[in-house]
Amino acid sequence: MEAREIVFDFLEGYDLLGAFWVTVKLTVYSALGALIWGTLLAGMRVGPVPLMRGFGTAYVNIVRNIPLTVIIVFASLGLFQTLQVTLGGGDNFETVNFRLAVLSLALYTAAFVCEALRSGINTVPAGQAEAARALGLSFTQVLRLIILPQAFRSVVNPLANVLIALTKNTTVAAAIGVVEAAYLMKDMIEAEAQLILISAIFAFGFICLTLPTGLVLGWVSKKVAVKR
Amino acid sequence: MTTSVLFDAQGPRAKQRNILYTVFFVVAIAAVGWWVYTSLDEKHQLDWVKWEPFFTSSQPWVTYLWPGLQNTLKAAFFALLIALPLGALFGIGRLSDHRRVRVPSGVVVEFFRAIPVLILMITANAAYSEFTDIASDVRPLYAVVTGLVLYNASVLAEIVRAGIQSLPQGQTDAAKAIGMRKGQTMRYVLLPQSVTAMLPAIVSQIVVIVKDTALGGAVLTFPELLASVRPMSANYGANTIACFTIIALIFVVVNFAITSFASWLERRLRRAKKSTGATLGTGPGGGLDTIGTAPLVIEDGRAT
Repeated sequence: MEAREIVFDFLEGYDLLGAFWVTVKLTVYSALGALIWGTLLAGMRVGPVPLMRGFGTAYVNIVRNIPLTVIIVFASLGLFQTLQVTLGGGDNFETVNFRLAVLSLALYTAAFVCEALRSGINTVPAGQAEAARALGLSFTQVLRLIILPQAFRSVVNPLANVLIALTKNTTVAAAIGVVEAAYLMKDMIEAEAQLILISAIFAFGFICLTLPTGLVLGWVSKKVAVKR
Repeated sequence: MTTSVLFDAQGPRAKQRNILYTVFFVVAIAAVGWWVYTSLDEKHQLDWVKWEPFFTSSQPWVTYLWPGLQNTLKAAFFALLIALPLGALFGIGRLSDHRRVRVPSGVVVEFFRAIPVLILMITANAAYSEFTDIASDVRPLYAVVTGLVLYNASVLAEIVRAGIQSLPQGQTDAAKAIGMRKGQTMRYVLLPQSVTAMLPAIVSQIVVIVKDTALGGAVLTFPELLASVRPMSANYGANTIACFTIIALIFVVVNFAITSFASWLERRLRRAKKSTGATLGTGPGGGLDTIGTAPLVIEDGRAT
């Protein structure tokens, strides 16, 4: 008991769980945004309107090749400080930075969701779409009722990997001062002389977040996979 | 007229409808574009003074952008150079017949893949300043490279493992049948064939490495491309938007070249009759990694 108190007393005054809670919130909000925007992009990319196809392709190719760090720092320096976009956060820097981080993470991750989904669409046998068209379904009906439900089931694993990468990518928000895990870790390392222990704690925290996600969604992907 | 299995060849009504959609889409894009234009114009970010330095003088390129890009590429190059052999070692280690080699390799690989690169970089930076006497001006470079190596070696280990596993079992059996030892089988039979299968995946991992160097600029004072924004916008009259545009453009050009090379390589290797024809795809995640029990995507000839 004594020894434990001495080893861990440097944790006093730091909101460790709070920081990881911010990481979780960043992950969940951006994942939802990325899923919606990524699905729309995938729909555009396989759709019949050439302009939308071009837009989807251009978006994915540009966003995938820009570092997330550049996007997030731009959101802070460019959008917020130069153009005064606050996303309804008003004068509260913390809220504004958090929202900007969510926006950047969602826009960035959507490109990867779109690509995962598109490869899922490719795994759906052509006969499915042909049968749907033979019934007289329109493109949106084919996509919504026949193709996407099967595509989603076959890309649970790739999407899980995107989600895990997103969880880890939320640390980039530390670059614009969102107080999540990596930000707190940097703070603690500078203030306390417990480098190895602090790093181990945060590494453990991230393993706790990412490993179960992979295992649970891996199980789900086996459960929902379309047997062919 | 493009056709796809997802929609019918378009008749006159469908064509009209598509034109309508196109018009709506153009209006929506134009509205966003107009908003961007007016808000940029309002803050005088479109004034020629702010963009002019990049086009009329070589100074920003020579003083900020080129050294920044050099540092970016330098860090990426060193990271790749160290991570490749390490990754091969751990990837082969995970396939070992010996538990005492296989299990530790697996633990190390899974551990470093589960942790954000930024955490690794910050830790490396602090560790170098505490335990070594590396000069403080090169310390960020060391820290960035260390973080990138630890993370990417474990990703590359998975690529190597998946590449070797993608070979037909008959290759190992045949090597055994002619009396090769395990090391010989790996060196003369499995590795040479699987290299072609994993090259595209390795090349597209380079994009991830190049992109992740930017973390060093944002958090560790590593003077790479992104870090050149602040001095530039301070020097050329707060032209933040112009700076970011140029930098994003450079990143896109560099990474697009690497990505195109990867997909060219993939197509070419798939065509080549010498290999087994299987290539590890660059994966639907593209620049993102895989983790946990999920194997890397092994695409057959038909995907995308």
